Amino acid sequence: MNAALAIIFLFLLVSLYFGIRAKHGKEMNMEQWTVGGRGFGAIFIFLLVAGEIYTTFTFLGGSGWAYSKGAPSYYVLSYICLAYVLSYWLLPPIWRYAKEHRLVSQSDFFVSKYNSPVLGILVAAVGGVAIIPYLILQFKGLGIIVSEASYGSISPAVAVWIGVIAVTIYVMVSGIHGSAWTAVLKDIMIFIVVVFLGFYLPFHYYGGIQPMFEAVEAAQPGYLIFPEEGMSVSWYISTVLLTVFGFYMWPHTFLSVFSAKNENVFRKNAIVLPLYTLMLLFVFFVGFTAILQVPGLKGADGDLSLLRLSIQTFDPWVIGLIGAAGLLTALVPGSMLLMTAATLFAKNIYKVIVPQATDEQVARVAKGLVPVISLISLYFTLNGGNTLVTLLLMGYSVVTQLFPALLFSLGRKPLVNKYGAFAGILCGELTVAYLTVFNITLANLFPSWPSVLKDMNIGVVALVLNLAVMFAVSFATKGLSVRNARPAKTEGTPTV
Amino acid sequence: MKARHWLGVLPFAGMLGGVPFVNQVEPYVLGMPFVLFWIVLWVVLTSVIMAVIYRMDPAAREEEKR
Repeated sequence: MNAALAIIFLFLLVSLYFGIRAKHGKEMNMEQWTVGGRGFGAIFIFLLVAGEIYTTFTFLGGSGWAYSKGAPSYYVLSYICLAYVLSYWLLPPIWRYAKEHRLVSQSDFFVSKYNSPVLGILVAAVGGVAIIPYLILQFKGLGIIVSEASYGSISPAVAVWIGVIAVTIYVMVSGIHGSAWTAVLKDIMIFIVVVFLGFYLPFHYYGGIQPMFEAVEAAQPGYLIFPEEGMSVSWYISTVLLTVFGFYMWPHTFLSVFSAKNENVFRKNAIVLPLYTLMLLFVFFVGFTAILQVPGLKGADGDLSLLRLSIQTFDPWVIGLIGAAGLLTALVPGSMLLMTAATLFAKNIYKVIVPQATDEQVARVAKGLVPVISLISLYFTLNGGNTLVTLLLMGYSVVTQLFPALLFSLGRKPLVNKYGAFAGILCGELTVAYLTVFNITLANLFPSWPSVLKDMNIGVVALVLNLAVMFAVSFATKGLSVRNARPAKTEGTPTV
Repeated sequence: MKARHWLGVLPFAGMLGGVPFVNQVEPYVLGMPFVLFWIVLWVVLTSVIMAVIYRMDPAAREEEKR
């Protein structure tokens, strides 16, 4: 074992220790396990949200994209920042309602708002499907980090196994408390590592940030701005908007909203979190520096650029610290994702099918599902060949379809009814599935359109269909829902 | 819409609506290509704008008193 690996494993042990210690002295019921008893203040929520957003994708995928695509990578900076603006108005009403009705999952929210357990099953299934590629992304990142840091002595497959086992044990022992403490460690680590690399590497190789960009521009003119066609400005604007809408629709992000102590937590975070996205800038600097220093990484290998450039530059112990930071960026979100998926399946699918199950039984099922979901994701990680970006965008296009139904439910009385919500989401998801499977874009459907239109993210089409169907079905079933709404069946559900 | 809601639209207008007009490398600002600088500038402005909105928001003030 080299110095790099030794350091990475040390950090793994420390984070496991945090996880186990965090549980100590607390009774763990379902509400404790998943939403931390709703007692987290601004700083903890800040860390949790940041913990989920700054994942392996940011660390390896962000630099990988700057390396392989250039300017289009800037979109990451914009969408995260704008999502926080939206959160200022979106999250307080969600939190208030969730607290009042003691909800512990995203699909609970839909069940309660629309008074429809069936809609809850659909939302839980959508969340579960979207989470899998996101989990795979984290596991893949773990594999890259550990195997690169071992200088080839550990194969990516073995590295992934090690990471998956660690994440699984961690989640089963501690739930969200563990995540929050490891998030503290992770944020300090990632901040130091990213800022250091972002400054050091361009100065080391080019003598500054501007000389580095000038060298890239000279070697590959046009790489630093959005291209005329393809990933153009129009692609940028539509993609940012879609991902902003999808941002809080991830079941795990939605869940972390519940754990806040009061609603001002979100308002305050909306001021500070945008600045935190500036950390991405340094990730981009690393990716752009790597273009001319470690050339020739094609396709999915672009994700290796940060680590390859670091290995070429530093001693093994530095690689160990970088790898440890990377490990944590996979561990924190990975554990959140796993826990959320398990809760979704236990509470919103199992409990609905077996209504007589007690809370303890549901909690036991949730814990039992953790290793099962790990193994499923592990299987796809070892057998799939997608880049980190493809995986993320795939997940995003799935969750964004939940946004209209959520938005229209926020008022006192939902603007659409449960049939409309169900049909709209289903139609949106089927469109996304169809477009993804057949790899359809507006450019290959309508090659003669001007690039302003045809470069738009195809997800816009799915969202428009979703909305159209939602309103059409709501309108058509107007009479039905009024009749059904009267006897409210679920306890804790508001009468319409 | 109240004034603070309009303020909330501003980051979208700047960061998305502005980009078609500034999609260029020159001039470099703080070492960054201009379009990247523009986005970074708006990230900072967003934070400022959100702080102003927070100050204007009666709901936030009420919550603080509690």
